[in-house]
Amino acid sequence: MSRNYLHRIKGLFEFPSPSGRLILALLTAVLLLFAGLTGGGCGRQQTQKAVCIAGSTSVEPFAEKLAEVYMHRHPHIRIDVQGGGSSAGIFAAEQGAADLGASSRELIGKEKKLQEIPIAYDGIAIIVNKQNPLTNLSLNQVRQIFQGEITEWSQLKLPPHPIDIITREEGSGTRNAFEEMVMGEQAEITPMALVQDSNGSVREIVADDPYSIGYISMGLVDNRVKALSVDGIAPTRENVKNRSYKLVRRFLLVSRGLQPGSCQDFVNFILSAQGQSLLESEGLVGVGD
Amino acid sequence: MKKELYIERVLLFLALSSIGSLVTITVFIFWEGIPLIAYTGLKNFLLSSHWAPTRGHFGILAMIISSVLVTIGALVLGVPLGLACAITLAEFAPERVKTLLKPTLELLAGIPSVVYGFLGVIWLVPLIRDYLGGPGLSLLAGSVILGIMILPTVISISIDALSAVPDLYRDGSIALGATNWQTVHRVVLPAAGSGIVTAIILGMGRAIGETMAIIMVAGNALKIPTSILDPVRTLTANIALELGYASGRHREALFATGIVLFIIIMILNLAASAITRRR
Amino acid sequence: MRLDPRLSQVFMKILLWTFTGFTLFILIFIIVNISIKGLPQVTPTFLLQDPLDMGRHGGIFSTIVATVYVTVLAILLASPLGVGSAIYLTEYTREGWVTRLIRFGAECLAGVPSIILGLFGFVLFVMKLGFGWSILSGGLTLAIMVLPIIIRTSEEAIKAVPQEYRQVCYSLGLSKWQTITRIVLPSALPGISTGIMLSVGRSLGETAVLLFTAGAALRTPTSLFDSGRTMAVHFYILAREGISMPNAYGTAAILMISILLINIVAYSLMQHLMKRYS
Repeated sequence: MSRNYLHRIKGLFEFPSPSGRLILALLTAVLLLFAGLTGGGCGRQQTQKAVCIAGSTSVEPFAEKLAEVYMHRHPHIRIDVQGGGSSAGIFAAEQGAADLGASSRELIGKEKKLQEIPIAYDGIAIIVNKQNPLTNLSLNQVRQIFQGEITEWSQLKLPPHPIDIITREEGSGTRNAFEEMVMGEQAEITPMALVQDSNGSVREIVADDPYSIGYISMGLVDNRVKALSVDGIAPTRENVKNRSYKLVRRFLLVSRGLQPGSCQDFVNFILSAQGQSLLESEGLVGVGD
Repeated sequence: MKKELYIERVLLFLALSSIGSLVTITVFIFWEGIPLIAYTGLKNFLLSSHWAPTRGHFGILAMIISSVLVTIGALVLGVPLGLACAITLAEFAPERVKTLLKPTLELLAGIPSVVYGFLGVIWLVPLIRDYLGGPGLSLLAGSVILGIMILPTVISISIDALSAVPDLYRDGSIALGATNWQTVHRVVLPAAGSGIVTAIILGMGRAIGETMAIIMVAGNALKIPTSILDPVRTLTANIALELGYASGRHREALFATGIVLFIIIMILNLAASAITRRR
Repeated sequence: MRLDPRLSQVFMKILLWTFTGFTLFILIFIIVNISIKGLPQVTPTFLLQDPLDMGRHGGIFSTIVATVYVTVLAILLASPLGVGSAIYLTEYTREGWVTRLIRFGAECLAGVPSIILGLFGFVLFVMKLGFGWSILSGGLTLAIMVLPIIIRTSEEAIKAVPQEYRQVCYSLGLSKWQTITRIVLPSALPGISTGIMLSVGRSLGETAVLLFTAGAALRTPTSLFDSGRTMAVHFYILAREGISMPNAYGTAAILMISILLINIVAYSLMQHLMKRYS
């Protein structure tokens, strides 16, 4: 009986024509290739899945650097780093789509049921274009600018031109931390502000637009933008360490619960002396301090 | 004989897959989005410009207006340009030039949208900022980039529409003493009218649905624009910016935005096919 | 005062040719700009090395692999569905409400904005079904996106096969399915291949869908469940964050030229076909 069915199914695919056979051969080859893919590469254990870290674009480059060093030591482990913003990372960790969520803000409300692992301290730098002669602003002034009360550079004793304000999207940890520390309870960032979805793109825009102002993770400031002093305190690593620079937030890794295995190992690596000194050399302040 | 019937069933099943995927997507989007619209009320959702999803405000008016304005801007720039190309190629160019240029212009369609957005940021945005004012990332930048992006659609469909007009019409007009141009704008264009309208409608659909290029050049600010130099956030940009982390009501709101987009595009598609069927 | 029609003709011709020239200029500008800045970057090392330091250095090998995997998966899924639908629409039914419904479905699917597909893929495949950011999620969503293209082009290709071919087969006693597999499909193969090539071109340029379904991991994906970034996504990230302009241009150059080549081949194939059957 079964042989009859087999025969019938085989009959469905009679392709005596050369082109038909060619297609069938190609399809089979590709399918086999794919079967090989799902089986896992050579040398890798069958159940090995990648450790997935997703979230804050502030944490992302540092996580990537740590992952590079870690994977160099452990070639069989694979660590994938995604961006998306702190809230996206926390959400992904909560849903299990990511093993670790990276956040540059504190957990709030229902998020607190996740396990949080602080890995570094980072400052938020207020940045302007290099052509901008300003070097310092008071915290109050920063708030007024982002609130939309100060709208012209002339109000800050500079040649007149409207201020182009750049902010992050609502799910950004950097934005949330900024709102908490600079804007406070009452003030809101003006809806007229331009929105970009990563630290890198904020930095790009500020580097291009001479009349812009924005905020990014201090560890990401490079020589294309100028970071302002706030209330007279310069945005340097030392000032973050000695607590004189006030705009500081923690970098956290969050998860539903760390299973022993490559994920736990990686976290241990990050918290080890080596991991921490790597972060410090990149511009962050370690949690040990 | 039974085998043939079996094959036919299998093929019918496969064929229903296309309608099946569409139905799945539509049902999914509506399923996820309707609860939000029920929660805020349709009027509040569509007519309020206060979008602060983490605080419970879900008004998408600013984004609807921005999407509409950016699309209109794209049409204003893209349609005359595209139509001019189509007319030149279909009516005034020698045959060899036409066979060379038509596919070349259609190559524009192959360029990824992120490349358009990138070049817009590098070239167009500084131009606008330095010579016209504003931050450069603006409604104008979005319209220009989208206008260029819809050119291939408008051009190729218009050329098809113009070529479909029988030579008889042209010959008759010339025989009566009209010039080429008079023939084109008094005889051929009106005859190709519905095809050209279809081209415009499909161009509109393309413009409204574009995401990546718009995020790169339009500025994504949350207010209703008061000048073409103002930054704007379209419906598509809004979904893309918040999709990663939205949950609960916020995510429902994004799906609801998707519903609005979906309905707009369905209406455009229906209009286009109604027009082509009448032809 | 009416203008002399010959004068207005000259005027309009100048205007029209100027506009056409301007449009051509835009196209050429884009292609030349990207090529000049990008092609010098494209060395064998660039193509065969993985990105280093978040893409600041190194090459784009892992992105090429990810692009190939995601595209192949999408085509593998969409082709049987698409060609099967086309066969059914042309061979097994007559024009009626069923065919119109199916065609309408395909048309609407073609019009769905890519971000909505991305939203759908993200919520369904990445989150709800638990695939995570992966080649699988990306390929599935991309398959839905290219399905209408394959249906449409396959249908045209199959319809173009002359009715005489089929009649000869029937008169020789072949069954419908035999006719299809032995005569109709092979004849329609070039047209179907055009559709597949156009789908590949479309997938290569797609960013919104893949950013949210396949993710942006920098390593070479080695399993269907691994995340990976395609060339378009890589370019987007490099360009947006100003990580490395030379690398961005290099990626864009390869991407653009691959898509252009594919489209040119597909187009010439279509031209060749139309000549054969007209």
